[in-house]
Amino acid sequence: MRLRPNVDAAPGRSPRQAIPFLLPALVLLAALVLYPLVFSLIRSFFDASGDEFVGLRNYVDTFTDPRTLTAFRNNVIWVVVAPAAVTGIGLILAVLTERIRWATAFRLVLFMPMAISLFASGIIFRLVYDEAPNQGVVNAVVVGVHDMFSPASQYPGARPRDGYAATEAGFASIRPAQAGDTISLPLIGYSPQDVPPQALPASPPAAGTGELRGVLWLDVSLGGRAGAVDPTERGLPGIAVEAVRDGQVVARTTTGDDGRFTFPDLGAGGVTVRLPAENFTLPFRGLTWLGASLITPVIISSWIWIMTGFAITFIAAGLSAIPRDALEAARVDGATEWQVFKRVTIPLLSPVLLVVFVTLVINVLKIFELVFVIAPGSVQSEANVLALQMWQVSFGTGGDQGAGSALAVILFLLVAPAMLFNIRRFRRERS
Amino acid sequence: MRKQWIALLALTAAACSGGAAGTGTTEDLKGQTVEVVGPWTGDEQKSFEQVLKVFTDRTGAEVRYTPAGDELPTVVQTRISGGTPPNVALIAQPGLVAQFARAGALKPVNADVEKAVTDHNAAVWKQLGSVDGKLYGFAFKTANKSAFWYSEKAFQQVGATPPATWDDLIKTSRAISETGLAPVSVGGADGWTLTDWFENVYLRTAGPDNYDKLAKHEIPWTDPTVRKALEELAKLWGDPTLIAGGALQTEFPKSVTNVFGEPSTAAMVFEADFVASIITTNTKAKVGEDARFFPFPSVAGSKDAVVAGGDMAVQFKDDKATTELMKFLASPESGKVWAGLGGFLSPNKDIPETAYPDAVTQELAKRIVDAGDNVRFDMSDLAPAAFGGTKGAGEWKDLQDFLADPKNVDGIMARLEANAAKAFGK
Repeated sequence: MRLRPNVDAAPGRSPRQAIPFLLPALVLLAALVLYPLVFSLIRSFFDASGDEFVGLRNYVDTFTDPRTLTAFRNNVIWVVVAPAAVTGIGLILAVLTERIRWATAFRLVLFMPMAISLFASGIIFRLVYDEAPNQGVVNAVVVGVHDMFSPASQYPGARPRDGYAATEAGFASIRPAQAGDTISLPLIGYSPQDVPPQALPASPPAAGTGELRGVLWLDVSLGGRAGAVDPTERGLPGIAVEAVRDGQVVARTTTGDDGRFTFPDLGAGGVTVRLPAENFTLPFRGLTWLGASLITPVIISSWIWIMTGFAITFIAAGLSAIPRDALEAARVDGATEWQVFKRVTIPLLSPVLLVVFVTLVINVLKIFELVFVIAPGSVQSEANVLALQMWQVSFGTGGDQGAGSALAVILFLLVAPAMLFNIRRFRRERS
Repeated sequence: MRKQWIALLALTAAACSGGAAGTGTTEDLKGQTVEVVGPWTGDEQKSFEQVLKVFTDRTGAEVRYTPAGDELPTVVQTRISGGTPPNVALIAQPGLVAQFARAGALKPVNADVEKAVTDHNAAVWKQLGSVDGKLYGFAFKTANKSAFWYSEKAFQQVGATPPATWDDLIKTSRAISETGLAPVSVGGADGWTLTDWFENVYLRTAGPDNYDKLAKHEIPWTDPTVRKALEELAKLWGDPTLIAGGALQTEFPKSVTNVFGEPSTAAMVFEADFVASIITTNTKAKVGEDARFFPFPSVAGSKDAVVAGGDMAVQFKDDKATTELMKFLASPESGKVWAGLGGFLSPNKDIPETAYPDAVTQELAKRIVDAGDNVRFDMSDLAPAAFGGTKGAGEWKDLQDFLADPKNVDGIMARLEANAAKAFGK
């Protein structure tokens, strides 16, 4: 914001005359930009109360705080991934939409997310990625597709009361059984209201010679005895039961409507009775999108959704400014569309692409709202970014505005190169 | 209620017509303005304004209420720095009260207010409002953070009654888990719910004295009492059949609707009295019928104890109108007004039980008063905010990590101690 030397060189105009005209703007800039900037810088050398000069301690603390380091790392991920992705997707969509008839309408739709505040978009994506499939649309789709290929089990979460060990293949009896025995197999962890309607009251079978018999029932009823078949308790139909000998499945059967099952001919020797795990697999619930490992990619994806419209608009404007004859000439010379795009369009567009990219970099460095809204409290430290860290440190309860100012200064220094780059470009374009 | 109003009006009228001076609460303060900054917005703001209106009707002083919401500490701090503090503020963090008092921003309450605080509250509340031997404030509104809310339907299904001990709670939970319902829903995405869990167990296993010491970091977080409390907690948190899945992704309001919404996926949720208002606004369940509460069970034979939160009334000026307002807020009269409107609990033992609108609220209020000096203020609110009040850091984060891996008692204790040492050392 310094005066160009050629301003006062203009004939008949003295800098003294210019000052009154510049004064309002200068005062505003000084009050709203320069003063806060300088004050933050000074404040960053003082402690939380603002009374004691602490030198560089706030900066040292900042760089040794693991939370800030996570924030740094995430900011690097953001800067590397997000602006490039948005510029790339924006370029592709801008070129493609140029060819279609309703290009403006299409771009308008893609631009719409820009019209929503980041905060509101954050809340939308918070719901989109919600873990519960009945709320989060992403998990609803994932679960829908998954269940098409491997349907949910009939008795999710049910388990034997005791005497069975959970193994990879299912629940295996701890004590071996043999032909002639009868087995009582009480299951719990399932609601009596969800038992299929065809289920009949359970009762233990009589022992049969040469046969291993048993009953498998839901041992859950009000006032019922644990491990005993009570009058209101019903068998659980359709559960697969296996007899295992030396690690090999020797027989397999399914329970009837009264919960009974029979292995007719097992031969001599003990077997382990096993309930395969697929009877009880819990319904697939999709992925924990908002968990510690996926949170940053998830937030970046929502930012891409929001900012793509911005990139398209700028790039489309750049596209329309490209001289048509250059493209035509390339086509006449026999270039394929891909070659035209790569060798002609992109080089001609590169100034615009660069401006879009750099603007996005600046935008990404100060990302705040999306992280604040989308990341649940339990993973906010994993998703942390510098701007959020700055806000938390300075204005969170018990705020330390000295340390916060230090972070603000660091953030400013990170953004500054990108800004200088943009300013220099604008200048060069003007001259 | 109506009768009391008429009585108050009559009293005011009598005082005015008689021109009586020195009768205490009925002095004419016409033309004076008092500003109050408080955290309450929405319905709570309306209720509090009703309380203030009674004061205005009595004294003629005008009261301006400024709602500051969750940003109250920032708002008050800024006002102090700017040299225009409000007359009275209601602050939920005793640590902040102490900070303001030591900085000389607060005025100690006068003798009348001090007497009211002593007369109407258990001694522990007076200690809470005192800094370096001087009384600066008192809890006007409090929260009972020792309640388990349960679904009557889920309990009926297994014939369970509200458990009185921690072991019974686990037994009941086992029984409920047999019916395929998750017994306890934990809102682990919010760190503060977990600190409340810990504080309730710790207050019971370690006792009030150790609680005070740990709150001031006079004993380290690696103390055996902390281990004991964490191990008790792990009995519940460490059993995947007892805790609803995805606890770390569950925000506090969701943990409530998990129990009382449709479809219900859990049977119990632990948190403060304000769970009731979440049930009423977000679900069809009726508090007192479908949704009931039982006090946080006794752990290893511990006595009745309540972890409480509260908004402390403090004054930044000591002109007459301000003092009168403080006196009014410390008296049972002010509490009675809000109590009748609902959504309010007071530590004031002279507010009759019948002032509260329903059985559940009466019971919640009674527990706080009955626990007497076994009430302890929410420990995380007493700690520096870097440790006890920051999302994704300090105690909040450490307990979330503990919920994720309840076997790792030693690791968590070490981390808690490291974070506490850093926050308290500053």
